[in-house]
Amino acid sequence: MTRDHQDSRRESPQNSSPAERLLFGGLGAGLIALSLRQRGGMGVVLGTGGALLLAGAAMGQGLGETLTRVRRTEDDHIKVQKAVTIGLDAGELYTFWRDFENLPRFMDHLESVKVQGEGGQRSHWVAKAPAGTSVEWDAEITADEPGRRIAWRSLEGATVPNEGEVEFRPAPGDRGTEIHVSLTYRPPGGTLGATVARLLGEDPDVQIGQDLRRLKRLLEVGHVPTTEGQSSGRKGPMKAEAKMYDNRRTS
Amino acid sequence: MKAVVWQGVNRMGVETVPDPQILQPTDAIVRVTKTAICGSDLHLMDGYVPSMVHGDIVGHEFMGEVVEVGAEVRKVKVGDRVIVPFPIACGKCWYCQKGLTSLCDNSNPNPGLAEKFWGYSPAGLYGYSHITGGYAGGQAQFARTVYADANLYKVPEGLTDEQVLFLTDILPTGYMGAEHCNIHGGDVVAVFGCGPVGLFGIASAFLLGAERVIAIDRFPERLEMARSYGAETINYEEENVFERLREMTGGRGPDSVMDAVGLEAQAHGFLGVADAVKQTTRVLESDRPHALRAAIMACRKGGTVSVPGVYGGLADKIPVGAFMNKGLTMRTGQTHVHRYLDTLTGHIQRGEIDPTRIITHRLSLEEAPHAYEIFKHKHDGCIKCVLDPWADPKDHAPVK
Repeated sequence: MTRDHQDSRRESPQNSSPAERLLFGGLGAGLIALSLRQRGGMGVVLGTGGALLLAGAAMGQGLGETLTRVRRTEDDHIKVQKAVTIGLDAGELYTFWRDFENLPRFMDHLESVKVQGEGGQRSHWVAKAPAGTSVEWDAEITADEPGRRIAWRSLEGATVPNEGEVEFRPAPGDRGTEIHVSLTYRPPGGTLGATVARLLGEDPDVQIGQDLRRLKRLLEVGHVPTTEGQSSGRKGPMKAEAKMYDNRRTS
Repeated sequence: MKAVVWQGVNRMGVETVPDPQILQPTDAIVRVTKTAICGSDLHLMDGYVPSMVHGDIVGHEFMGEVVEVGAEVRKVKVGDRVIVPFPIACGKCWYCQKGLTSLCDNSNPNPGLAEKFWGYSPAGLYGYSHITGGYAGGQAQFARTVYADANLYKVPEGLTDEQVLFLTDILPTGYMGAEHCNIHGGDVVAVFGCGPVGLFGIASAFLLGAERVIAIDRFPERLEMARSYGAETINYEEENVFERLREMTGGRGPDSVMDAVGLEAQAHGFLGVADAVKQTTRVLESDRPHALRAAIMACRKGGTVSVPGVYGGLADKIPVGAFMNKGLTMRTGQTHVHRYLDTLTGHIQRGEIDPTRIITHRLSLEEAPHAYEIFKHKHDGCIKCVLDPWADPKDHAPVK
């Protein structure tokens, strides 16, 4: 339900609808009841799951959000805000960012961005979506202040309507420039889609944080460090355990 | 190649593993000529540092000869004899520019984990769990080193491997520990722990102008070595440390106190037992902070507590009231090794510090499991082990 006044941007502390809370609360209570009749490990698992659902309902937060603290605005958008400081001046960072074709170099979920038309106002974006599919849309630049700010939004007809804004603010002293990014988008299928997406590891909040760190490393050092391919005394199943910890990307 | 591999709690083994390769254009491969076992490796061995995985190659005190460099390496050449600082600096970020290299923003490939534990991620470290990047370490015949130009430090002519090996970690660590004591002329410094870092801390405190240094430990051979560096000593198993320090400083308390012990401190009495029990759970308490408690209590009003000892997570019963009401300052940190290398190399060249004095055992890499055992349990008077990755264990005459 999109509303066109200022308030739609306000963060809402309780995100779940009453129906949602009733549903999940009931489910949670049911699981707890079931767990009491189970012996051993299964009982514990069911009981814990039930307690989580019930707690989520009581706090007015869906399970996915309770676990991952997603921020949703009142009009059902997901909003991510992240900042990073990079040791270059605002002009250089603006120039790099303004060429949208550079974005996939550090934004993990982007396959490609092609700039189109006069003055590079329009662009075509291809993103990796969950489960190996891809999503495409066209976007246009809505604000462009050299060295200070760029804003863009998807055009009519995008599967995932989204808008983004990046601000370049001089950091104090000799610290370089602060990049403040804010992305707002509505995932397919509303919140449920977001929850599914996050379970597939496409957590937008974490992702943007990692993207900005990648950008910092790319611009300050020239590449992102990796341990991928180094020697170890690892045998079969241990490889998977190490993978959980290790960064899997080379840039 | 042969390498020392973490095979689980209390199991350091020597395995044959693939030789390291250049993975990024700023890498260099070093043929390791000498490597050492550090007290913080014992925390890995004992399983108190989370995110170790079976098969991780350990070791963060190593040096050798450069045998291969990546395409973008400019300053380091094949054939250079280098030491490898244990914290990895990218050389470019704000922290590296400021000389705070153990806080490098860019060298940990795995910062998410560190951020969960510590809020922000410090630098990547060699051979020190996946929180600090999961980089393969240097207790091996070869090692991949990263950001070679920003990290590898050429050894000046005329210095032996053993003279410079400890520049990789413990010597600058003791020195930074002393620097953090904020020493002024006439100051009395107390040092908890007379392992390698404590001993170098004592030597550095004198270099930086301390009037007296009082060293605290329980092993006679360590206390003896502390005295040979000019310290007065207290054996904490025989005397009440707080009372003794108070008396030795005319009732004032030491001006600065260094905790060169870290997260596996020995302690007697109820608190010590409680720490030990809680630490075994890894959840209730990850660190046994007895030395830190003692340091805070012992320090004079307005004094400085310096903490080169390693801590990992959460500790209980820190006397924060004493810390605040006495107006203390605490300075800590993993060592910014790079910033001390020129200074300390100068001290070694002029004979003002002899790092080789603390070496009690020289073994082959093959004998690493034995070396870990004697170092951990302080058997056979062990204070510091140096391993030669290319020595044949059969040729080894025991050092005495």
